[in-house]
Order: sequence, then structure tokens, then C-alpha cells
Amino acid sequence: MAVCNCPMRTAIFDARFESLDAIREFVAQAARDAGFDDVNIYSIQLSADEACSNIIEHAYKGDPDHIIECSSTVDQGNFVLIFKDHGCCFDPEIVPEPNLSGKLEERSIGGLGLYLIHHLMDEVKYESQGEAGNVLTLKKRLAA
Amino acid sequence: MDITTHQYKHCDLISVKGRVDSYTAPKLGEAFENINAAGRYKIVLDLSGLEFMSSAGFRTLLMAQRTCKRYNRGEIVLACVPKRTMEAFELTGFTPLFIYFPDLTSAVGNF
Repeated sequence: MAVCNCPMRTAIFDARFESLDAIREFVAQAARDAGFDDVNIYSIQLSADEACSNIIEHAYKGDPDHIIECSSTVDQGNFVLIFKDHGCCFDPEIVPEPNLSGKLEERSIGGLGLYLIHHLMDEVKYESQGEAGNVLTLKKRLAA
Repeated sequence: MDITTHQYKHCDLISVKGRVDSYTAPKLGEAFENINAAGRYKIVLDLSGLEFMSSAGFRTLLMAQRTCKRYNRGEIVLACVPKRTMEAFELTGFTPLFIYFPDLTSAVGNF
């Protein structure tokens, strides 16, 4: 099993869609350093993009004068990404499963991002901290 | 992200270079809309230069395909889809919504 004594890295990004490039680069570098291959690096980037897009759109309702705090670390064989925002409470349980097999006209417009995160990462934990905001933790097992 | 377009006799070509995400997807959506506004609905989307696409891009493609296929007036076909994007399509059940071509010649020739 790959062992990595990785201190937690944290970066702060403006909560704007323009920041997604930089967010993806931050997580890609962390994933690369943790020893993931290209396929997994892409999955991790995609998950991070979807998570932050949701924060910008739903937690902050598109108001750009906010920040997203992204942290990465390795903990007990897992690559861990933590996203913190100070936006409004978001309950992922109320997001319906997207329609993935219907006719073109029946397909979901929403819910795809959350679906991707759940299927690309091994663990997804969402915590609301009330007025203080939300914490989203994503984990992916390191290669054996 | 850069978009270039080219009009052929029987279809339009949109070539995307770079990354399609929540920031850049609207620009791709506009490219489809501009072609539709000209009354044209047969489109080849060239993804050979695509580096990344999030669900924002998937949504843009879904909505554009709905518009193009309405009244049987046309459709969007995809050319040179990168492996990572194909995998994400498969994961989200998008695969059956489009026809795929390995190169531009066959994609344009389809129309």
C-alpha cells in the first residue's frame, strides 16, 4: 500500500465558476502526489468540480462574494478532500436520483453532479454546521 | 475553452478545445443556439480537443440535442469523444442519447 506522509494542504478559492480551473488543478496535483493514475486523477478532478459547482450554485446561490476552502490529505489509506463553505444549508438527501435511462425528453437536467460524486469517490460525507456553513468530505482509497 | 464552427453543405461543425465546465458550458450552449437560430439542426460536435467535461457540459448537450431532434429536423452527433468523457457518459446513462464517430470525416459524412 502506498504510504504518504502528507500534511494537509489547504487553498482558498473565490466562489465563482472562474475558479473551477484552479480548484481542479489543486486537487489534481494533490491526487498526483498521492500516487493516483490518470484515470483516478480525472475522477477526483471531476468530483471536485461537481462539488464546488454545487457550492457556488446552491450554497451561495451564485453570489460571488464568498469563498470555498479546499483541503487535501491522506489518512489511513484514503485520499481525503474537504470542501468548506459558509453558505446556506444544503441537504443532498432531498436531491432525487437522476433519470439515467429514459427517453431524451425524460432525462434529468439536475442531480447529475451529485450522482457522479457518489460513483467516482468511495465515501461522501456531508455535514451542515447551521449558520456557519457546510463541510463536504470526499474520500478515495489509495491504490494497494 | 475555444470554440470554432464551420458550415458544411448538410451540417454544421462545432469544434471544442479545452475544458467544458459550469463557467464555459454556456459558451458552448450559445454555439448550438446560434446555429439553431439560423434554422440549422444537423450538427457534428468535434471533441478531439476536449480536455475535461463536467455535468454542466452534459446538460448543455442534453438540451441542445432535445432542440435539434424536435420535429425530426436534425440531431447532434459526436466525433472523437475522449475516453474519460465516454466513461462519464456511460456512468450517467448518456451513451444512448447520441451517435458516435471516431473521426470528423465519417461524422460529417453521416449527414
